[in-house]
Amino acid sequence: MDTLASFLRAHSRGGCIPLAIQKGAANRFRCAFARVEEEILKLGLMPERYLRNRQTITTENQLRLLQSHVAVIGCGGIGGYVIEELARTGIGTLTLIDPDTFEEHNLNRQLLATLESIHEPKVAAAERRVAAINPAVTVIAHQCALSRENGPDLMDGAQVAVDGLDGIPSRMVLAEVCEALDIPLVHGSIAGWYGQLTTQYPGDRTLQKMFSGYSSETGIEETLGNPSFLPPLVASMEAAETVKVLLGEGTPLRCRLLSVNLLDMEFADIPIKE
Amino acid sequence: MHITVKLFATLRRGRFDREILDCPGSTKVLDIVTRLAIPEKQAAIIFINSRHGGLDTELHEGDTLALFPPVGGG
Repeated sequence: MDTLASFLRAHSRGGCIPLAIQKGAANRFRCAFARVEEEILKLGLMPERYLRNRQTITTENQLRLLQSHVAVIGCGGIGGYVIEELARTGIGTLTLIDPDTFEEHNLNRQLLATLESIHEPKVAAAERRVAAINPAVTVIAHQCALSRENGPDLMDGAQVAVDGLDGIPSRMVLAEVCEALDIPLVHGSIAGWYGQLTTQYPGDRTLQKMFSGYSSETGIEETLGNPSFLPPLVASMEAAETVKVLLGEGTPLRCRLLSVNLLDMEFADIPIKE
Repeated sequence: MHITVKLFATLRRGRFDREILDCPGSTKVLDIVTRLAIPEKQAAIIFINSRHGGLDTELHEGDTLALFPPVGGG
């Protein structure tokens, strides 16, 4: 009998399924591309696009990532690169939240800001980009600002939230929404030559405690700006943390603040005690 | 008493990255921030011996105080 599984087995090349076969299977068996990907991974085969993940992300873990759901809040400098990396990694569902459209002054650093995307909603450009990279990824896009009220609905189902926000008060909102949803939050922020990261689990309240005495809207990015090289660096670290949290591998940046200083090329890993 | 002060990011400019300051007893974080001419709002994150602290936290002999500016861009 011609089943999806037998079709895939018959067309695997050295344990790999090329993109054309995966697309062909989706057409032939009238199912979603992501469904075919799930079947490929369940058979212990690997879509060819993930071949170079193999030693780092096993077939079993690739399936777990496909079945994972991550929310990226803020789709600008950091968020754009986070989305790119998570889509290429093969995270199955990405919820993207951002109220803004691209402006000219985003062109110095934001991956998804191009001459064509100026004035386009950031989440729409992100959705287009993900579709162009990896059709196995489902995007749920919300063009609005996150609030304590809408957050639990917008991020429903997400297992991890990734901070791509701008400003400190909005991050406090995100931290509280994550607390309400009982999910981990991967935080990263940037300004000039500097950046910082931490990963917090429900109950840690690292960010809330860290900024407990701080009330201003913006930080030093207001005067320093954000050059091109900080967003991809901090975004990559956030993407790595996200994959680790989803897979339960490695040592997350929990109860630690990683302070990045590219001017002196210094990375300070500061433990945070209760 | 002696307090080790570590400054991060922009707070180092015109100051230092790590220094041991000789301080009178009952010194609070705010006293050191003022002494170093750091605007209060620039001392956004305060750790004392790796624990969260505030401007009004009193310091003790041998404490390590780490100060970070607000880094809020994305």
